Order: sequence, then structure tokens, then C-alpha cells
Amino acid sequence: MPEDVNLATYNADALTEDLSDAVPATPAAPTAVPAEAPRVETQQDLTAEIKAIGDAYARALKDGAAPETQPRLDFAPYRSSLLRHPTKNLHHADPETIELYSPAFGHQDVHALESDLTIQHNGEPQGERIIVAGRVLDGDGRPVAGQLVEIWQANSSGRYIHKRDQHPAPLDPNFTGVGRCITGPDGSYRFTTIKPGAYPWKNHVNAWRPAHIHFSLFGQEFTQRIVTQMYFPGDQLFPLDPIYQSIVDQDARDRLVATYDHDLTQPEWALGYRWDIVLTGSKRTWTENEALGAEGDDHE
Amino acid sequence: MSNSTKLVPTPGQTVGPFYGYALPYDKDRELLAPGSAGSIRLQGTVYDGAGHTIPDAILEIWQPDAEGNVVHKTGSLVRDGYTFTGFGRSAVGNTGVYTFTTVNPGPTEHGAAAFISVAVFARGLMNRLFTRVYLPENEEALAKDPLLSSLDPERRKTLIARRDADGGLTWDIRLQGEGETVFLDFEGTGTRGAAK
Repeated sequence: MPEDVNLATYNADALTEDLSDAVPATPAAPTAVPAEAPRVETQQDLTAEIKAIGDAYARALKDGAAPETQPRLDFAPYRSSLLRHPTKNLHHADPETIELYSPAFGHQDVHALESDLTIQHNGEPQGERIIVAGRVLDGDGRPVAGQLVEIWQANSSGRYIHKRDQHPAPLDPNFTGVGRCITGPDGSYRFTTIKPGAYPWKNHVNAWRPAHIHFSLFGQEFTQRIVTQMYFPGDQLFPLDPIYQSIVDQDARDRLVATYDHDLTQPEWALGYRWDIVLTGSKRTWTENEALGAEGDDHE
Repeated sequence: MSNSTKLVPTPGQTVGPFYGYALPYDKDRELLAPGSAGSIRLQGTVYDGAGHTIPDAILEIWQPDAEGNVVHKTGSLVRDGYTFTGFGRSAVGNTGVYTFTTVNPGPTEHGAAAFISVAVFARGLMNRLFTRVYLPENEEALAKDPLLSSLDPERRKTLIARRDADGGLTWDIRLQGEGETVFLDFEGTGTRGAAK
């Protein structure tokens, strides 16, 4: 797969965090002084904004508000979200027929070797080899069997293999950073990869993203579709990162952080991280076969 | 099946800017081969709150076949050229335009309004958004549709595609502002949309 990554395809999407299209937080005042340099936003500015939102949330919790479990769509410290969040409330809908089912993926779609990101080229990638494994469950605790998991990530020096990533860190000719797998009958997934590095972005001056792996998941119903990011325990960048902090509830944030698992670590080979993913609850009445995990072709 | 134990869902996060070498795949937007019998184009533009096109969004569609059957076939990632799986994925181009080749979905129940389920991802969008795009023709079915009839007329319009002269469908997405697309909450709790 990776050797024949289509450059035209993956470079087709233009803008990145590096070409900040964020609107200024405060529109330029009609002042008589022209050509004033735009104020540079620092980490201190952003941290203060994040803290104010967090404090307000803590007060709301104290006053009896329900804990939030998802990121805020409107989270101004992530500047690119300013013009990209709906201003109207999401409209409640009862899922209908098609939404109560999910696209089916199977071993026709994903080769077993795609779950090992360290063997996609002729040589070994640089960095700390890791195993990331866990289970995908639905909100009722049922395993999500035979479904697609996709991941992508930066290399060990924090560089994405993407033309528009201009971070002056080395590309690794032996690492693309894309993997896929199909969950097992018990909802399990497992990837072998390299621990990604932190990388800088242009949200504000000296903005750095904590090391993370992007995850894309399907459930047994399209309403369970989710794209998220997995983080590593103990990252010092957590309090500084507007994307991680867009989830204002600490318990909810913690659900994105993997656990180091020495039982998953392999001697002389790779460190193990465990991360389970919970999708939303099922809204469909399941047949007995489905409840027993017979859907999909995961038994091939 | 006992489902007394409710687990709290894992939060979503933005798809970010660098999905472009990971999520797109060969023929991802071709649920049918372009030009094949019964195929139509579904296309549109994704806009932000300032009315600018968004060049780094990616859309997924999931739909029944032309007869209204929900398909349970694998092969969406590695298409064999003749199996309709009902799933497609299209990253927008530099001008914010997405394109799918698909079929007009049939109604999944007699007299129901036919629609395609859509998931929207973008850099700067904190979590995926769900919505629907309805076929414009069957006005009686549209009038009876539970979701559409719960919306005021201005908002309702945002979910109905325009039929092009060549039989294709055009449907734009506005993440914010004037003509903001209706996005859906299937949970009834949890996801804060607007926010203030």
C-alpha cells in the first residue's frame, strides 16, 4: 500500500495548519493608524482562554450541569474552528433505516499486513517501536466485530508525509504512517507502529500538538461513526493544546489517553499501549445472530 | 441481550489537516463506475461561516441502493467494479467541491422520502457532523418525512438536493451562518452544537 501512495491524491487537499486561515480573534478596529502589525498570539494568551472556559465549565458542573462527553464544536482557542462550527443546535433526529446500519468492511478491503506500519518499506523506520491494541465496543458494551479501523500519524520526529507539512523535521523513507485493520470477533484491534513525535503548528506562537495517532472507526450503525485521536500518557503538552482541551471535561479527555501495558510489551521488540474505544449505543433492535457477533466476514 | 451497562462514548476529535494521505483511496467516490447505467453525479461545495469554500473537508455518504435496499456487502475500500456497497468517501478539492458517482437511493419503506446519510469531517471541525441529503422529487413523501416536517421551511431547504439538467444532484454544505445546513444529533444528549 504505502509504496504506491498516490501523491496526486494525498497532496490534493490544499491548506493545512501551517497556512493559518484563522480569522483574527478581534477584528481590526477602524483606526487612524494604518498598517499596524497584527498582534501575535502567544501560548499565554491561549492558555488564559482555555483556562477561562475550563473554569466556567467547572462552575457549571458545580451548579449541577451534566458532564460533557464530547469536544465543543465552538471552541475559540482552536482558531480554525471559528468559522467552521454550526451556530445552531444540532437537530435531534431519530435514526432511520439506513442510519441504523453500517457499511460492511472485510478482508477483501484490508490486507492483514496493513496493521503493521513498520514493514511497509524496505527498511526499518526510525523511532520507538510500539504496539497499540485494544477493543472497540458499543455503548452497551458489545464488541464491534468485523469493522474497519483506520489510523494515520506523524513519524518519530513529528513529521507527516504530506507535502504541506513544512515542519523542518526529517521525513523517514521507511515510514508512511498509515494503517488499517478489521476488528476481530471480540472487537479487538492491534497495530504495530512507531511512537509519533510532537509537532508544531501555527495556531499561535510556539503551538505544539501532543503526540497522537488519528483513529477512524465504524460501528454497526452509521450513527456510531467517529474520527478521533489517541494520546500517550503523561504528555506535558496536554494543558497547552487547544484541540485536546476542546473536550472540557477531564474524565472525557482521559478517555483519549492510552495506558502503558507491560503485558502487551514484547521483550526485545516493542512497548505496548492499550486503548479501548467506546462508540455510542445501539439504536437498532438486534437479531440474535448479530448479538452473537455473526455479522461481517471476520471469521474468514 | 442485556444492555443494562451503558458505557460512556469516547470523544471525537478533528480529522485535522493531514488525512489526505490516509483516508482517500482509489475509487473512493465511485459507488458506481462513472457513466455506467443508472449512475448519477452527486456534487456540491463546502462553505465556512464567511462564505469561503473549505479546501480541507472530507465527506462520506452511506445510502440504500436504487430499490431502497440496505446493502450488506463488503468491498467499499477495494472496489471490484460491479458490486454496489452503498458507501463512498470524497475529499473536497482546492475549490471546496466534492463529487460522488452513485445511484438515486430508493425509499427504504413504501412511501418514505429517499435520502442519503452524510458524515462531514474537516480541519477546524472538532467532531464529525451527520446530516442527510434528500432527493427533491417526491414532494408528498418529503412532506410526510419526520425530520423535514420538524424543521422550519428555510432550514428544511438545506437538506434537499437540486436536480441538475443532466440528472445529477447538487447539494452544498454550509457549516455556519446564512443557510447553515441542518446537522443532526442522534443521541439526544451530549453534543453541544452551538455553544454559547
